[in-house]
Amino acid sequence: MGRTDIGPPDFHDMLPDVIKKNYGQWKYHEIPRTGVLKHVGESGDIVYTVRAGSPRLVSIDFIRDICDIADKYCDGHLRFTSRYNIEFLTPHEKNVDPIIADLKKLGIPVGGTSPGISNIVHTQGWIHCHSAATDASGLVKAIMDDVYEHFVEAKLPNHVRIAVGCCINMCGAVHCSDIAVVGVHTKPPRPDHDKVVAQCEIPTTIQSCPTGAIRRHPDQAVKSVVVREDLCMYCGNCFTVCPAMPLADAQGDGIAIYVGGKVPNARKAPMFSRMVVPFLPNRPPRWPEVVQTVRKIVDIYAANAKPYERLGEWIERIGWEAFFKRTEIPFTEQHIDDFSHAVETYRTTTQFKW
Amino acid sequence: MADETPMLDELEKGPWPSYVTEIKRMAKKNAAAKDLLGIQEQSYKDRVTHWKHGGIVGVTGYGAGVIGRYCDSPDKFPAVSAFHTVRVNNPAGWFYTTKSLRTICDIWEKYGSGMTNFHGSTGDIILLGTTTENLQPCFDSLSEAGFDLGGSGSALRTPSGCVGPARCEWSNIDTLGLIHDLTMEFQDEIHRPRWPYKFKIKASGCPNDCVAAIARADFTIIGTWRDALRIDQSAVREYVKGGFDVEELVVRRCPTEALAWDAKAMELKLSAEDCVRCMHCINAMPKAVRPGLEKGATILVGGKAPIIKGAYLSWVIVPFMKLDPPYDELKDMLRKMWDWWDEHGRTRERLAELIERLGFKTFLREMGLKPVPQMVKYPRSNPYVFFDK
Repeated sequence: MGRTDIGPPDFHDMLPDVIKKNYGQWKYHEIPRTGVLKHVGESGDIVYTVRAGSPRLVSIDFIRDICDIADKYCDGHLRFTSRYNIEFLTPHEKNVDPIIADLKKLGIPVGGTSPGISNIVHTQGWIHCHSAATDASGLVKAIMDDVYEHFVEAKLPNHVRIAVGCCINMCGAVHCSDIAVVGVHTKPPRPDHDKVVAQCEIPTTIQSCPTGAIRRHPDQAVKSVVVREDLCMYCGNCFTVCPAMPLADAQGDGIAIYVGGKVPNARKAPMFSRMVVPFLPNRPPRWPEVVQTVRKIVDIYAANAKPYERLGEWIERIGWEAFFKRTEIPFTEQHIDDFSHAVETYRTTTQFKW
Repeated sequence: MADETPMLDELEKGPWPSYVTEIKRMAKKNAAAKDLLGIQEQSYKDRVTHWKHGGIVGVTGYGAGVIGRYCDSPDKFPAVSAFHTVRVNNPAGWFYTTKSLRTICDIWEKYGSGMTNFHGSTGDIILLGTTTENLQPCFDSLSEAGFDLGGSGSALRTPSGCVGPARCEWSNIDTLGLIHDLTMEFQDEIHRPRWPYKFKIKASGCPNDCVAAIARADFTIIGTWRDALRIDQSAVREYVKGGFDVEELVVRRCPTEALAWDAKAMELKLSAEDCVRCMHCINAMPKAVRPGLEKGATILVGGKAPIIKGAYLSWVIVPFMKLDPPYDELKDMLRKMWDWWDEHGRTRERLAELIERLGFKTFLREMGLKPVPQMVKYPRSNPYVFFDK
């Protein structure tokens, strides 16, 4: 039996020599071309990084392919970024073009450096998740195909960080992304009374509901729960604790789009993404309405924001009313918050635009 | 089993590399990958997931690291009737030797579907899909190769950090060293879930926060500095000579008007006490402006996604902490926090929600932290105040 609690391998054993030697001693960096970084150390040492996109859901043969490139040009080392990009590091400038050429042969794009669109942080979706309201890998593929030019060319005012969460659990930094694509349910859970008694703790299930919509079944003989549909906002928390409360629904499930979030502290403080589209239908395999909406937002931002302005900073400057006007996205009652911190979002000034 | 996947085939078109192509590569030699393709096509047709809730599966000695997964149509897709995920703790900073990656590939070829995520959104290597019987031998082989499982369920999730000092001039802390140290220290907390809910630790080397620590971690460590940022005036002049509009692109974007451009002297003037270390000027002119030298970290708590009381960004609890091995102050703080949360937290209540329910003041007292203005955006506006009797 395997040893337990040995922890991950020590990262020191994974570092290329040029990184080991200059650890903590980097001086500055440049981006000589999109997808290539050049870091210069205090010692004068240089490391080039070639950044490549990945579908994230990959076969072991894909990993072996990229290992072949790393063996050929990077002394058998590579790394991944927090957005699933693959990075090939080499102290030799002469290796940069061959790495890019070999990646091209494999159909792997080079890019993802600022200011553009890097890989989409995302979740499992229909490929592996029980609570998914949409697929993730397919949506990512459809969106990245459409905004591909912004991965391979850095020509936006700043980064546009896109994330896909396949349900409102939002695994991944979906709630603070420039553009967040989120799978949503819009039908209440349907308790399966025969299974609730066998699979679920009723008090835990009742307590799991943030709006108090779940009650004991009025018939004492039925050991189950009922859902007050007028109070349910389809968060799925009950389904997580009680598998007999499914809420997935082919017609009811779809996509919401949130925009304007950011994580870095640069200029403005980190911000949450805000809802701009409450619901679009699930239309696999290419989700055309979702892709078109993302595209429209990126285009209007690109044409109007000042250099360095993130999407959320631009919207705050022009005002949300101007954003809805320019994008022609309809504003509905769903856009007005009525959950836990709602009142903080209501306008308390006479300053606004027409 | 499905030989025809017309909807998924659509996703092999277009310039972005296709995950469908990847599954197809494995489907040629692995029955589970083939049925994965089939069940994915089925979901595309039906527009619902075909995966059921987990179930208790795992490896001996651990309560975490494996996500149990069963499909709802085992007759149609028998090779994925059980399709459990193995989370493998990544090395800090996601650096690998190709030898170590090939070893993982070989193990997964033998015991699993051959499909992976490099990486999951928390940062683990995700080995996607195997049977219940294969879990233990798969773990044994991984362990033999020097790898271990990551966190899942109501446990400490695999801590993660940015590339930090390995390849970034802006890192104010050793994110890799810190993350590796915390991961090794808290193996028990990662592998044996016993808390009200999950707990995440993330460390970014600077306020650009490349691992989204402020949004995604209950315990957020962000490198920063206490003294003034460093400006190389000759390098600034190089930018200006190259046509860079320092007045418009740097000075006017400074959120606290801490910078001024002296066009006569060709100097970028800094009012250090007004600087809030936002990183904008450094990001815009990496050759000319650098973080200061008195380095450490800001500690924040509470960041999380919406489930269940809404999303939170982390709140400052320690404006500046020196961070050097063995990181005892930080570890003591974490243990104290976990004890309090474990004692008072309800099922599925994250740290931020408990703090909101019992009060920030209560939390600070429990942690032995003195209130300072850096902890708040503004002081309270209401008159409903508790005083000690």
